[in-house]
Amino acid sequence: MNLQASVAPPGQSTGTPRPRRARRPSWARLDMKISPYLYVAPFFILFAIFGLYPLGYTVWISMTDTSPLSVDTSFVGTENFVRLFGDTRFWNSVINTLGMFVVATIPQLLMALILANWLNRRLRAIGFFRMAIAIPIVTSTAVVALVFGMFFARDYGLANGVLELFGFDRIDWRSSTWSSWLAISSMVDWRWTGYNALIYLAAMQAIPRDMFEAAEIDGASRMRQFWQITVPLLKPTIIFTVIISTIYGLQLFTEPLMFTSGSGALSGGTTGQFQTITMYLVQVMRTYNQWGYAGAIALVLFLLIVIMSAINFLLIRRISSDR
Amino acid sequence: MTAPTTTPPSTSPTTPRKTGARRVPRATSGTGEPVLRAGPLAIGGLIVAAILSIFPLYWMVVVASRTSDAAYSWPPHFLPGGNLGENIQRVLENPDAAILRGLMNSFIASGTITITTVFFGALAGFAFAKLRFRGKNALLLSIVLTMMVPIQLGIVPLYIMMDEFGWLNDIKAVTVPFLISGFGIFLMRQYSIQAIPDELIEAARVDGCSTWRIFWNVAAPALRPAAGVLGLLTFMQYWNDFFWPFIVLADPGNPTVQISLRTLNSAYHQDLSQIFAGTVIATLPLVIIFMFFFRQIISGIMEGATKG
Repeated sequence: MNLQASVAPPGQSTGTPRPRRARRPSWARLDMKISPYLYVAPFFILFAIFGLYPLGYTVWISMTDTSPLSVDTSFVGTENFVRLFGDTRFWNSVINTLGMFVVATIPQLLMALILANWLNRRLRAIGFFRMAIAIPIVTSTAVVALVFGMFFARDYGLANGVLELFGFDRIDWRSSTWSSWLAISSMVDWRWTGYNALIYLAAMQAIPRDMFEAAEIDGASRMRQFWQITVPLLKPTIIFTVIISTIYGLQLFTEPLMFTSGSGALSGGTTGQFQTITMYLVQVMRTYNQWGYAGAIALVLFLLIVIMSAINFLLIRRISSDR
Repeated sequence: MTAPTTTPPSTSPTTPRKTGARRVPRATSGTGEPVLRAGPLAIGGLIVAAILSIFPLYWMVVVASRTSDAAYSWPPHFLPGGNLGENIQRVLENPDAAILRGLMNSFIASGTITITTVFFGALAGFAFAKLRFRGKNALLLSIVLTMMVPIQLGIVPLYIMMDEFGWLNDIKAVTVPFLISGFGIFLMRQYSIQAIPDELIEAARVDGCSTWRIFWNVAAPALRPAAGVLGLLTFMQYWNDFFWPFIVLADPGNPTVQISLRTLNSAYHQDLSQIFAGTVIATLPLVIIFMFFFRQIISGIMEGATKG
């Protein structure tokens, strides 16, 4: 509200109708000056209340020992952060989150690239294939976790049935680190591969056709065309998907939470083998009632997202310019 | 970090090379004819991918339409049974899950957010694309920056605020903070730039139209396709949202539909056919919407929608 007041003081705009004479009446000038701010103001008001204020408050709260269980709150400085750096459970959750991010994202984006390349061909029933590959996007992460949770059930799950069919031993998917990471990563990949494939497809369709025609005449194989024309030209898009995957991957929550049922689900397995950072954050906040410490975890998580995004950005730029 | 996200991915590789030529078809699903014919490997791979994509959803229906015992049998049943109606009735009547209430809450919350996101997105997007005002670029940049702040960052204070407002276990907590999205404004701005001719606005101004009338009578009709896409994506996102409802709707008596599913799954005696009947109910509305509007949804995603 004070935005418009500062930019268009009412006295000035109503007081200067003369220079423009009869062409635009004063109310129209006022309207042109104020309306844009009125139109964008709702977002900023809402963001100030539910975005900016909590953000600043988080910085403050992370330096206190706030808890819903105690009336007194005292300033503790960097104590929460010092504690965080020695907290093995926190570091365990960081390793799990990064581990699942790598296990999920690399195959996901590679599969998406290949799928997009296949979808970018002349093909009958192309509409059906696009729809089939896109349909996981409408499924909620909770539903994905429930369905895949059944696939990976120890005694009656399809995954173990298939393993047994090929003569392998059954796996207790939830019990070990690697198997639970794989199971959870498969949930992420099922839901997001098609989405990324469509984004790559859109970028591929923007590549001029004559580039491929020229390569075809030069006798370049399709494999070479893909790696030497398509992929390098897709670099901005690949960077975009990697950054988006980083932001969402480091916030992984629903899939590992729903992988086990019951009240202890926030612990992410018996020894925390698939507890992610966000799960630990919620556990500290809701189960242990340590709001100050939870604020510190939230800040470090955000920092981690920024750092990882930057690293991935540089990494992808380096990899694709080497080619 | 900001650079790649500010430009929609589909357009970024386009702009340097084929500037004018591909601008026009962007509004539709915009596909150039591909050069290569699909080989057997591509066709085979796509068939496998399609099966893998559809199978979990199909499997959901299979389990939901059989008895609870059938879910544990080996070898598993691969064809739907005849108990779907009965299982759905059981899950609807399950007092712990309160799934009917969850469906209603999800519908009200997602519906409200969708309407306001589209309206304010169009309004602000139009302003950023077509109106002149001081500080426009800085404000737009700050909106893009807000898109990158995850909700987890402010979760503790947000929770405290909801508690102070008395909104815990109330759907206001999952609705009000999300009424306007930066992404929505950004999407509508991108669309406004190409969809609303400046001459039309100038002409309306000369005729003495107020800014509001220009928005309502000139801009809004032109923005309808983008509004549809934004609406669909927004509805999907909040219908499927889990993290924030999980935090603020801890009381299972007043859930969203996703929280109902979580309650079902947490029951001491897991009843798989009932759980899966719940997932069918939770997914069905979106699958129907998807079937009707999949062209628009896909083009929306391909235009550079963000995840979730």
